[in-house]
Amino acid sequence: MASPESAVNGPTMTAGAASKSLRNAFGGVIAFIILVLIGVLAFSIRLFSVIKYESVIHEFDPYFNYRVTQFLSKNGIYDFWNWFDDRTWYPLGRVIGGTVYPGLTLTAGTIWKVVNSLNIPLSVETVCVFTAPIFSAFASWAAYLLTKEVKGPGAGLTAAALLAMVPSYISRSVAGSYDNEAVAIFALVFTFYLYIKTLNTGSLFYATLNALAYFYMVCSWGGYTFIINLIPMHVLLCIVTGRYSSRLYIAYAPLVVLGTLLASLVPVVGFNAVLTSEHFASFLVFIIIHVVALAYYIKGILSPKMFKVAVTLVVSVGLAVCCAVIAILIAVVASSPTKGWSGRSLTLLDPTYASKYIPIIASVSEHQPPTWPSYFMDINVLAFLVPAGIIACFMPLTDSSSFVILYIVTSVYFSGVMVRLMLVLAPAACILSGIALSEAFNVLTRSIKNRKKEKENVEKKPTPSKTEKRLLVLPLEASVIAVLLLVLLGAFYVVFSVQVHCVWAAAEAYSAPSIVLTSHSNDGGLHVFDDFREAYSWLSHNTDVDDKVASWWDYGYQTTAMANRTVLVDNNTWNNTHIATVGTAMSSPEKQAWEIFHSLDVKYVLVVFGGVVGYPSDDINKFLWMVRIGGGVFPHIKEPDYLRDGQYRIDAQATPTMLNCLMYKLSYFRSDFIPIHKTDGKGFDRVRRTEIGKKHFKLTHFEEVFTTHHWMVRIYKLKPQRNRIRGKTKKSKSSRSVSSKRDVRGKRNPWH
Amino acid sequence: MGRSSTVKETQALFQSLRSAYAATPNNLKIIDVYVGFAVLTAVIQVVYMAVVGSFPFNSFLSGVLSCIGTAVLAVCLRIQVNKDNKEFKDVAPERAFADFILCNLVLHLVIMNFMG
Repeated sequence: MASPESAVNGPTMTAGAASKSLRNAFGGVIAFIILVLIGVLAFSIRLFSVIKYESVIHEFDPYFNYRVTQFLSKNGIYDFWNWFDDRTWYPLGRVIGGTVYPGLTLTAGTIWKVVNSLNIPLSVETVCVFTAPIFSAFASWAAYLLTKEVKGPGAGLTAAALLAMVPSYISRSVAGSYDNEAVAIFALVFTFYLYIKTLNTGSLFYATLNALAYFYMVCSWGGYTFIINLIPMHVLLCIVTGRYSSRLYIAYAPLVVLGTLLASLVPVVGFNAVLTSEHFASFLVFIIIHVVALAYYIKGILSPKMFKVAVTLVVSVGLAVCCAVIAILIAVVASSPTKGWSGRSLTLLDPTYASKYIPIIASVSEHQPPTWPSYFMDINVLAFLVPAGIIACFMPLTDSSSFVILYIVTSVYFSGVMVRLMLVLAPAACILSGIALSEAFNVLTRSIKNRKKEKENVEKKPTPSKTEKRLLVLPLEASVIAVLLLVLLGAFYVVFSVQVHCVWAAAEAYSAPSIVLTSHSNDGGLHVFDDFREAYSWLSHNTDVDDKVASWWDYGYQTTAMANRTVLVDNNTWNNTHIATVGTAMSSPEKQAWEIFHSLDVKYVLVVFGGVVGYPSDDINKFLWMVRIGGGVFPHIKEPDYLRDGQYRIDAQATPTMLNCLMYKLSYFRSDFIPIHKTDGKGFDRVRRTEIGKKHFKLTHFEEVFTTHHWMVRIYKLKPQRNRIRGKTKKSKSSRSVSSKRDVRGKRNPWH
Repeated sequence: MGRSSTVKETQALFQSLRSAYAATPNNLKIIDVYVGFAVLTAVIQVVYMAVVGSFPFNSFLSGVLSCIGTAVLAVCLRIQVNKDNKEFKDVAPERAFADFILCNLVLHLVIMNFMG
């Protein structure tokens, strides 16, 4: 056996093996360093709003989460689970413990507790603001792990780098955007990674971890139904394409049982985990996989002839039983009007459903379908790399690559229905683009390497030709040029331009806290509009603690969090009738609106008006939804009453119903005296770009108590009833009668 | 005529099934008995619920899912321990059993929490 050739090859073989292991170790260290850098990149690109404005919580929903986290940190977890909030949805209240997804608040609360126990004095607000960037770094690492399982570490690193930078994910996870998606995307990618890992290794340990990661996802976001429907779809796909293996059973069956149990533990989900249609797919595929597993087992222990007999027997008997069971199931499901699906899921399946039946869901701007440019804005050049990635997944089609393909297809469909679901598309696009880029580099460098080897070892011709048959190899000159081109293009366009685009998107487009607005004045200076916080702090300093404030539901969370006053409706929008009541009040004439508000014990009404500074998201622009939602519940509000030629107008052509409604009056009261404009006295609305229709009117049932500096937020107080017996008025509300007397004298003091 | 041949074929089928099953090793048969016991317990619970009503629904859910869960996990253990499975020949049976124990621990912790 010891021929001279093998003796010569012996030492070189061990030297080759040693250098190979050294190269592997070196590669591992480089991969680790790259991962750390990716984490730092993901964290720092999201810090623009903290640098430009301040460390403040953005938007509307994060204020609610912040308030809940404050409560948790102050009162502990048992009070948090049992919390009944009476400062919102005024006469009804809200069971916070049972209606909030606790993952985000528990995560931030735990981080705050751990950090404070180590004597690092971070406030709750700081922890809340920076939770999202930290978890985006974790999400990039999870994307690396997932893509490494599918294709290899090179693809993993590329996918992680792309996910750290992709603008769609940045938009929902900047520092200050303290919302569920901040941790949910990390949980999503991590759950998928553990599922693929279980599928590849067949280990029950990873199946347990998978179930626990799924539990974390259920705690964090309502989008967990995507996981519990995508994984059964993939299992079904594997069974149908003949890729059933026992690893598939181990990956899926424990997940269903443990996952359903863990999902029922979360109070928000509760028994919906077994009763709603969103979960039925998982149970159906659970039964199917058991049938298939049994079939394969019997096939394994029987001879083929006997197996055929078994099949005919089972098919004849089993089909009858199956039909009976399915008929019963269909009857049970069809008896409920929504077929067991929740409103939001129905909107996802039938995009026209919400606009026909549930105007609340249709009115949220995040639930509109995205436009084509938003795809390019949000995932940039990845939109072109995704199809290449899909093809690369087919090159060897494995279980994991079929899963990734299914993921991207479903997420593209759902992102086309609602623009906020572009966020679910982002990790899929990054993974596939990473696979595409990595495969391109692999093919080109392999062809260069093979050609070089062929040139050097002429005797070993059979081996290269064999590898040439299996692998894709291109001509040398073309491949060298292609690699150089790809590297240049990659460096210049993909990395440079994407980096520039992503950084620009992060800095300019997605970092606005939307509670503080800025604009550039003519001499280049920055002008800050801090009207919202001004109004909320006025409310918290100048009103009683128990006063109720009515406004449109957008501002509910911010009012309870920052002004600390009870509101009627807020962003949770769980009670359509209550929101319709407020909408009706805003659309009615003054007297009827006063009566509605008085019956709800409201003292102050808050209105957002952008006509002076040109702020487009004010209440007049949202007025159409108030009319539609109010009209959906109270039939005396008819939308055509407010329309002239099918449009909402506020100029002289507006309908009398529009000119008399409360929203018009509260927005444009005294606006003809605006001193900021050069056209004062004429009442020019900068957003609608017309003069208003009715000017110089007086309010009979409301009085203005505060208007912010740029007229963006206006607060009105309900006047007490006039035709009451004097004694009663004097006894209960003496301060108010004093103020109304002062008004009658003529001098208006807006600061009272 | 055809019917008696079908009956004979069915009998031959059951005979071959029984003989093939008798050839499986003892440890796998023990696991199969355990799976059968778990499924039987689940069926008894469902029948009881149909008779008595499902009032503490979480208790019913946790009971049934605990039985089904242990059955599923035992089947996974059987898959991993079975010497005929080529994919799992480098997994030691002790490792498979340890995974099984861990998963059962998590399952029963959740069950005890959910039962109420």
